[in-house]
Amino acid sequence: MDLRGRAHKFGDDVNTDYIISGRYKFKTLDMKELAKHVMEDLDPDFYSKITPGDFIVAGKNFGCGSSREQAPLAIINAGISAVVAKSFARIFYRNCINTGLPVIECDTDQINPGDELSIDLEKGVLYNLTKGIELKITPLPKVMLKILSDGGLVEHFKKYGTFKFD
Amino acid sequence: MGKTIAEKILSVKSGQDAKANDIVVADLDFVMGQDGTSPLAIKAFREMLAKKVFNPEKIAMVIDHSAPSPLQGVSELHHQMREFAREQGIHLYDIGDGVCHQLLPEQGHVAPGDLVIGADSHTCTYGAINVFSTGVGSTDLAAGLISGKLWFKVPETFKFVLNGKLPHGVFSKDLILYLIGDVTADGATYMAAEYTGEAIRDLSVEARFTISNMAIEMGAKCGLMEADDKVIEWVKQHTDKPFEPVKADPDAVYAKVKEYDVSNLEPQVARPHTVDNVCPVREVAGTSIQQGVIGTCTNGRMEDLRIAAKILKGRKIDKNTRLVVAPASRQVMLQAIKEGILEIFVEAGAAVVTPGCGPCVGTHNGVPSDGENVISTANRNFKGRMGNNKAFIYLASPATVAASVLTGKITDPREFL
Ligand code: SF4
Repeated sequence: MDLRGRAHKFGDDVNTDYIISGRYKFKTLDMKELAKHVMEDLDPDFYSKITPGDFIVAGKNFGCGSSREQAPLAIINAGISAVVAKSFARIFYRNCINTGLPVIECDTDQINPGDELSIDLEKGVLYNLTKGIELKITPLPKVMLKILSDGGLVEHFKKYGTFKFD
Repeated sequence: MGKTIAEKILSVKSGQDAKANDIVVADLDFVMGQDGTSPLAIKAFREMLAKKVFNPEKIAMVIDHSAPSPLQGVSELHHQMREFAREQGIHLYDIGDGVCHQLLPEQGHVAPGDLVIGADSHTCTYGAINVFSTGVGSTDLAAGLISGKLWFKVPETFKFVLNGKLPHGVFSKDLILYLIGDVTADGATYMAAEYTGEAIRDLSVEARFTISNMAIEMGAKCGLMEADDKVIEWVKQHTDKPFEPVKADPDAVYAKVKEYDVSNLEPQVARPHTVDNVCPVREVAGTSIQQGVIGTCTNGRMEDLRIAAKILKGRKIDKNTRLVVAPASRQVMLQAIKEGILEIFVEAGAAVVTPGCGPCVGTHNGVPSDGENVISTANRNFKGRMGNNKAFIYLASPATVAASVLTGKITDPREFL
């Protein structure tokens, strides 16, 4: 999987209420509609700034808070191709893998807002094309790569009817 | 090499010798979804082309987050849950039955040594009765509904040794807020927390739930405690299920161990807008309060209501303040009626609402207006959490909330105890 786009930067501890507020998530299962409100409490115009393929880049503990899967789904449906952060909250991390959104851990201090990035998930490298540097990313365990490469857990279960990792 | 509680439970349930950082596929003893997460799981269940759940007896869906429905869209989602529960023969808890995390232990669905998932982040609550229970998302829930299994990364464990006795007027809520403030919101990320020591042993089972409930607020995957005699007796009163408690080995390997002496702890408050922004109540005493909330899966149990009622009895809340009380379950509400506690709340000026999540997550039952300060017994004070991102939420014990609504400003409850 090769990903390419621009960086949109956020700080530490971005919680799921910021990613998609509870006041929207209970109203609808229409993810395209929810996507319009992604990160709204942090940046009211965020949705309109996204070019498909772009990245959310953040500090530590991204996605802390509730288990709402509307969070990764709203991000995916807003056209974001991956989230890059120093670390992630664990339920959010699982939800991203399960819904097919790549999550990448690396030192995001090396990335500025607007930087052009490209990511090679198999090789485990992130290229900051604007700065001309390569960043090492924490490799994903086999189980997660398998679910991501099947296109998420729904596709995995469609194919195998249960968990299948060998 | 010995094992932690988390390693032991995941070893038993996966049939493998599971050590921290291994990835295992393990059998689930119970699977739960609530009304914010179940509809998406039902959708995923259908998309996965599944026809039947693995075992209807081991599954519950709970309508508690927006219950009774405040909106037509929500009513549709509730309808989908009711239809799915009927079709599959699973347990359904409908409006007024209570908060999911109260119901699972209270109704006897979970017992020591179990492995449980719930599509709600505070599923870690049952760690207090020695259950490895953890929150997952809707797609994991769907996979669990179908296969009765889930993949887990075996967590490392952060052990909290809590020595000493809690002083008068200081409760398990103050203790967990203090610990979260100390280790911060990501202090135990990816880890299991184990809580042990004299201060835990002294607590009632109800008070212990409050601590395990908030393990997620330090990033932990679960908040485990050993099952002592109090737990075993409590569980036997609630279920006929056979169970096998799990203890940590004396030579278990911990990623971190921290010891605390709780003897001088004061009542604590988490200030807006993060749960780890914690200070002693005296540092914010006097801050004006427009709304108090007593309830939620953190502090909506009998013991909590009794403490609050003791303070509110024969008094009236401040005229510039409102109080919303949401008992954690129908059973709790009934007991509170029998003990005359609801009468005390209502006479004091409270609005008692349906057992369930109450105003905790901003879907109904008391959304604050711009600029208002709320003091709540809940577990989260994120900006916008209660449905208005221009409101300010303080978290505290039921005693502190009760004292604060009486005076209309944040107040040390020891003045009333
Ligand atoms: S009471 Fe609050 S924290 Fe608990 S399950 Fe309900 S919404 Fe979540």
